[in-house]
Amino acid sequence: MKYLAMIWTEWKDEREFDLEEAMRYREFAAEAAAAGVLAAGDSLHHPSTSTTVRVRDEQDLLTDGPFAETKEQITGYFVLDCPDLDQAIAWARRIPGARHGAIEVRPILAMDEMMQ
Amino acid sequence: METTAQVEQIFRDEFTRLFAWLVGSLRDFEAAEDALQEAFLIALRRWPVDGIPPNPRGWLAVTARNCAIDRIRRERRRPDLEKQMDHLTLEPKDARDLDDEVLCLIFTCCHPALSLDARVALTLRVVCGLRLPEIAHAFLLPETTLAQRLVRAKRKIRNAGIPYEMPGTELLAGRLAGVLGVVYLVFNEGYVATEGPMLLRPDLCQEGIRLARLLATLMPQEPEVRALLALLLLTDARRAARTDAAGEPVLLPDQDRTRWDHAQIQEGLSELGRAGRHQQAGPYFLQAAIAAEHTGVERADDTNWPRIVRLYDALVRLTPSPVAQLNRVVAVSMAAGPDLAYLELGGLEESLGDYSYYHAARADLLRRLDRRVSARSAYQRASELATNPKQRAALARAAAELDEEAAERFGDS
Repeated sequence: MKYLAMIWTEWKDEREFDLEEAMRYREFAAEAAAAGVLAAGDSLHHPSTSTTVRVRDEQDLLTDGPFAETKEQITGYFVLDCPDLDQAIAWARRIPGARHGAIEVRPILAMDEMMQ
Repeated sequence: METTAQVEQIFRDEFTRLFAWLVGSLRDFEAAEDALQEAFLIALRRWPVDGIPPNPRGWLAVTARNCAIDRIRRERRRPDLEKQMDHLTLEPKDARDLDDEVLCLIFTCCHPALSLDARVALTLRVVCGLRLPEIAHAFLLPETTLAQRLVRAKRKIRNAGIPYEMPGTELLAGRLAGVLGVVYLVFNEGYVATEGPMLLRPDLCQEGIRLARLLATLMPQEPEVRALLALLLLTDARRAARTDAAGEPVLLPDQDRTRWDHAQIQEGLSELGRAGRHQQAGPYFLQAAIAAEHTGVERADDTNWPRIVRLYDALVRLTPSPVAQLNRVVAVSMAAGPDLAYLELGGLEESLGDYSYYHAARADLLRRLDRRVSARSAYQRASELATNPKQRAALARAAAELDEEAAERFGDS
């Protein structure tokens, strides 16, 4: 099964870059890849670079910024390929952001499941 | 007519094992429940005519399996599963093996990825085999709310891939604590019903004890499981004395101890003894030991409060929860007097300010310190915060009694 691990963390300053944290992420990604668990993963630009798109009555409504203005924002994600939730959680808890933010783990709905 | 009652009894007795066995292959709570329900309806139709088969469990198992296969075929889903189900058989000798399945079922129902409400409801539904209206009634919930909660939980188990197996050794201790927490909660919900007119809801107490017994049979090597069973037995043994004829709450020192269930106390003590053979005292062991101190003496005055304080000290070290600390302070007041206890109580205001029992304990200390005005407002605050109507009324009465005493005093002078 594939799980989307959404990384919700605080990101105060646009220019802020934490080299040590970045190294920890690289280490995590390398370990997950070596275990055959890592299906995808990226970090994202600052939430202020987000554009939220809605279409109402065929009109595009764009807003500057993330969908919800919360203290914690999605700052990155991993797609983890694990046999069950326990193992997905075991990997998610090792994502560096879990120490100060939160990791939301959600199963990805596979196309063939959707067709049933 | 009589057969119908018998069928229902058999179904109740066999439900959990059969359900666990079916989920083990289907990996789908909803499908297993549907199949079992269908098998039950067939039994209700056939058995009164054909007679009860010699091996009812096996009969129900085969029928439920066939119902599940039919449904899979009808819905043209998962041909892999269809084949697997074809090979699935249940021999009468398998009762022992089914125990492992039941254990998996319990751990899945109590998985921490489910909300606590969902864990409790699911455990009562599929492990205790209670029916939906029974659970809804016990928790004073509308049936639709509960049904929704159950459906959501069952789907999460399937869709999020919550594993149907015993957790590995590195997770076991934490998960077991979670399971015991659910059992304790079920019992406690019955013991101090938070709402509703009755102080006690004995059915949930019985279910809690049943679950603890079941776990003690399935995991005899786990000392905390036995300790929990001991705690529940010893606590429940006092039930008859906890309310008076009018249904009003009676506090521990005022209880008629001859009304305690002494056979159950003996059973609790022997479970506690078996749990105590292990090295480390866990939180349930300590709480059961405290309960045993109370049930072990014939008169309230004989209670060994210093020993109870020592047990609470150990408990607070292990689980520094504010409620455990509050209970410790109450024990300190009995062992060393209200002055010292009142000093220690101060630190708990912040975390327990909204907790009725905190204000009741504070009121009691203030009363013993002869600070009547403060005691009165503390009783009032406790009464406002109590969710059980009987307790609310009793606390309001305690406040009113202080008024009367004050009036008498001033009347004298």
